[in-house]
Amino acid sequence: MTKLIDLVNISKSFDDTLVLDDLNLYIRENEFLTLLGPSGCGKTTTLRIIGGFTTPDQGKVIFDGKDITGVAPNKRPLNTVFQKYALFPHMNIEENIAFGLKIKNKPKQYIKDKIQYALKLVNLDGYGKRMPDQLSGGQQQRIAIARAIVNEPKVLLLDEPLGALDLKLRQDMQYELIRLKNELGITFIYVTHDQEEALTMSDTIVVMNQGYIQQIGTPEDIYNEPENAFVADFIGDSNIIPGIMIKDELVEILGHRFACVDTGFGTNKPVDVVIRPEDVELVTPGTGTISGKVSHIIFKGVHYEMEVMAAGFEWLVQSTKMFPVGTEVDIKIDPFNIQIMNKPESEDEEAVKLDE
Amino acid sequence: MSRKYLAAPYLLWALAFVLIPLGMIVYYGLTDSNGAVTLSNILAISSPEHRKALYLAIGLSLISTVLCLLMGYPLAMILASTGMGKGAFVVLVFILPMWMNFLLRTMAWQTLLEKNGVINNLLGVLGLPPISIINTGGAIILGMIYNFLPFMVLPIHTSLSKIDVNVVNAARDLGANGFQVFFRVILPLSIPGVISGITMVFIPALTTFVISNLLGGSKILLIGNVIEQEFTQTGNWNLGSGLSMVLMIFILVSMITTFITDKEEA
Repeated sequence: MTKLIDLVNISKSFDDTLVLDDLNLYIRENEFLTLLGPSGCGKTTTLRIIGGFTTPDQGKVIFDGKDITGVAPNKRPLNTVFQKYALFPHMNIEENIAFGLKIKNKPKQYIKDKIQYALKLVNLDGYGKRMPDQLSGGQQQRIAIARAIVNEPKVLLLDEPLGALDLKLRQDMQYELIRLKNELGITFIYVTHDQEEALTMSDTIVVMNQGYIQQIGTPEDIYNEPENAFVADFIGDSNIIPGIMIKDELVEILGHRFACVDTGFGTNKPVDVVIRPEDVELVTPGTGTISGKVSHIIFKGVHYEMEVMAAGFEWLVQSTKMFPVGTEVDIKIDPFNIQIMNKPESEDEEAVKLDE
Repeated sequence: MSRKYLAAPYLLWALAFVLIPLGMIVYYGLTDSNGAVTLSNILAISSPEHRKALYLAIGLSLISTVLCLLMGYPLAMILASTGMGKGAFVVLVFILPMWMNFLLRTMAWQTLLEKNGVINNLLGVLGLPPISIINTGGAIILGMIYNFLPFMVLPIHTSLSKIDVNVVNAARDLGANGFQVFFRVILPLSIPGVISGITMVFIPALTTFVISNLLGGSKILLIGNVIEQEFTQTGNWNLGSGLSMVLMIFILVSMITTFITDKEEA
């Protein structure tokens, strides 16, 4: 796949606060790319720079081989779906959807057909004559998407479009967006702070923190092989434990040795070890590696979430099997489920190094 | 239940100072000096001098309202677009004159515009011929605009500030240039502010007699001056009340028409 958008050495500050520092990122054609991170990480600023609403202090935005850094938003071949829908409150749904097409002086019949097509696509056939305030949040958001896609943009930018919706609706809309993306065959750039949303929908996830890219990868990469403690912690729950890499494929955690699959860290090197709570196996005493005692248990619906005190560390464990508080258990971990990360010498160094 | 009584002071106030005087106006307007019912006070509006005063008042206040709108709208836009700190300062500059007495401000214009006033003295120093604005319709329009412009700017400013910045961004995102964003999004969304601005300028301008007294001399009579004279000089309360009622009905009808046209457009 070819590069469609290329962000080159982008920096941006607001009032002396550095929001983006020398960011480099490319987006491929027909990709569903998600910018994921906590608030203030620079993800929305990145999206606004692509959309043209914010000008970077330094760096270039290349679109399809052309430098569009100084091009006004209305001249860019992309459309945005805003967080709070931003429908025109004085126009009905049809007029909202037709806005971009009327600006481009498209023929009446073409506009009419496009409105019908777009309303069908977002499953809101027959809502054309209503006013935006007569629609629910989810319906308004779907209209905002319809209003953007009738212009046939090469790229659709989505700024936390599901942020204001309740959980059930959000999940429905996630499937809806994936379906739309596949039907339209255009590039989606999606901004969210919701890691589950990012994992569900994306082809590529870009994890950001404090203006730096922490990791770029597929949802599986990001979840299973986080490159640092920030990513591991931000994407789902995890046990992050300091350890020592004894040699290739052998790590010591809390005084106990575990077989793992990572290599190339050297010998006797301090590292961080990430183990997902669902990868911690609880077995009968004597059959595991570390013994401990269940100290907490909550029922979460799909599984039980337990805290197990073992070797001086409180392990977070998720399991469909229930172990009552006080049960003596052993902890066992499959070598494939142990993820080794280099220890950062300082927080800054961690961020900068990964940005390169 | 008891919360109802909290409105009692206001109701009492409204009764004593709004409803009863209004009832008295209606009573005087529909009777003659002997107390007999008549329509002559109302029909008196058709006499040439009264008609002239009414048309003049409508003409001058319409011109003032339009000029206030043309000046006030861009100003409100500048206010709404400047940053919070700066905007607040400029709003203050605009409101500041409103803290001074209305009469005093208008009398100041009298001093400025007089034949031997400040402006003509300045022109004389510069070797320029004097201008005579005082006692003309132009002076009255100037006084109306000066006094009522803030009432146009503030409601428009309020409605412009309420527009979601993302709605404007969305319009640009969908390909609209500056003009298209203004005429298709910003202007239609600010119409409620424009309407209350027009109302707040047109009604006081139409009914004023102070501005026309001070800046128009006794030569230019607006309907407000005629009514004032009937009450204070001629002592014909019946005729004054009758003409007041005509003015009230005119305002009521024009406001209702404005609101209805606005609703139909929306």
